Amino acid sequence: MHDLLLGSHPLPASEWLALFTHFLVLSLLAVGGAITTVPDMQRFVVHEQGWLSDAQFTGCVALAQAAPGPNVLFVAVIGFNVGGLAGVLATMVGTLLPSTTLAMAATHWAKGHQESRWLRSFTTGLAPLTIGLLVATSWILLGPTRTQWTSIALALGTLLFMLRTRWSPLWPIAVGALAGALGWV
Amino acid sequence: MPEPEAALERPASQRAMFMAFTRLALQGFGGVLPVAQRELVERQRWLTRPQFLEMLSVAQVLPGPNIVNMALMIGDRFFGWRGALTAMTGILLAPLFVVLVLAVIAQQTQGMPGIAGALRGMGVVASGLILSTAWKLAGGLRRNPMGLPTCAALGGVTLLAIGVLRWPLVGVVLGLGAVGMALAFRKLP
Repeated sequence: MHDLLLGSHPLPASEWLALFTHFLVLSLLAVGGAITTVPDMQRFVVHEQGWLSDAQFTGCVALAQAAPGPNVLFVAVIGFNVGGLAGVLATMVGTLLPSTTLAMAATHWAKGHQESRWLRSFTTGLAPLTIGLLVATSWILLGPTRTQWTSIALALGTLLFMLRTRWSPLWPIAVGALAGALGWV
Repeated sequence: MPEPEAALERPASQRAMFMAFTRLALQGFGGVLPVAQRELVERQRWLTRPQFLEMLSVAQVLPGPNIVNMALMIGDRFFGWRGALTAMTGILLAPLFVVLVLAVIAQQTQGMPGIAGALRGMGVVASGLILSTAWKLAGGLRRNPMGLPTCAALGGVTLLAIGVLRWPLVGVVLGLGAVGMALAFRKLP
């Protein structure tokens, strides 16, 4: 029970606060969805704090992709693996509180100003950044397996599958799980 | 195809709305948005398709997860700020429970080589899935008023700074974002 609440290596209060504040800041930078902040989460959680290994971090995102629900829940899995349910509280509240508050405050304003030049400059100007961040996310998630040609082939195969078919992403996820379990990637 | 306003329904209660959001969230594998459109527009008839798309465009401008922003806006529309919280909780609570159960199972079984391998393989596929999202969105850049070369430069520098040099996101989004916004502002009427 204790492990579940605080994780197998309980975070000291100061580190919990660092986790919470980092996700709080990233929440407001998530202009193309939470997934675009993955590179910075990985930089902080893996490289700066050393809470998770590169492979564990990628595993968190992979697990959430295989589960139903909003994609943002990957932050809960990261929180859980860093510091149990206390970690989930830090990453989930950190991710949702600022963006939710802003959404509630700005919705009514944004509805009437969708055509404003400022708002359109915002979406137009940030669109290329979002794509750069998504490609960076993809590259970083491939970090633990990037040196194997089989994993590059599986990632590119997934890309083709998603572009050419209208089937559910659960199919490539199942293929990936099988290939990984058999030691091919 | 405009749908008449009169044909719209509204959620019977906050509880009904909570259940509807929970149901659609649990059906959404690899993204809830397509399911949300089917459930809210076609099945429940709480919104017309143009209303749904308008809300989506607002949700995309705001930071934070688009589908969560959508839930907030829909909840707020019918039941004020309490409804917003109800809808957000509905879309997050049950899937959060499911994903945490999976996380516990993964943690308990991480010593087994097959499980660790499966998660590694799923990670490779996750990388490909996110690349496909990037690919689909990149198609829209052809219509971006800044022009394709400028977009490619902004996207490329972002990728380099974040993916290779591993600079903190704050500086990159504020710095390059300001450049992008300024360039876009000049090009837009």
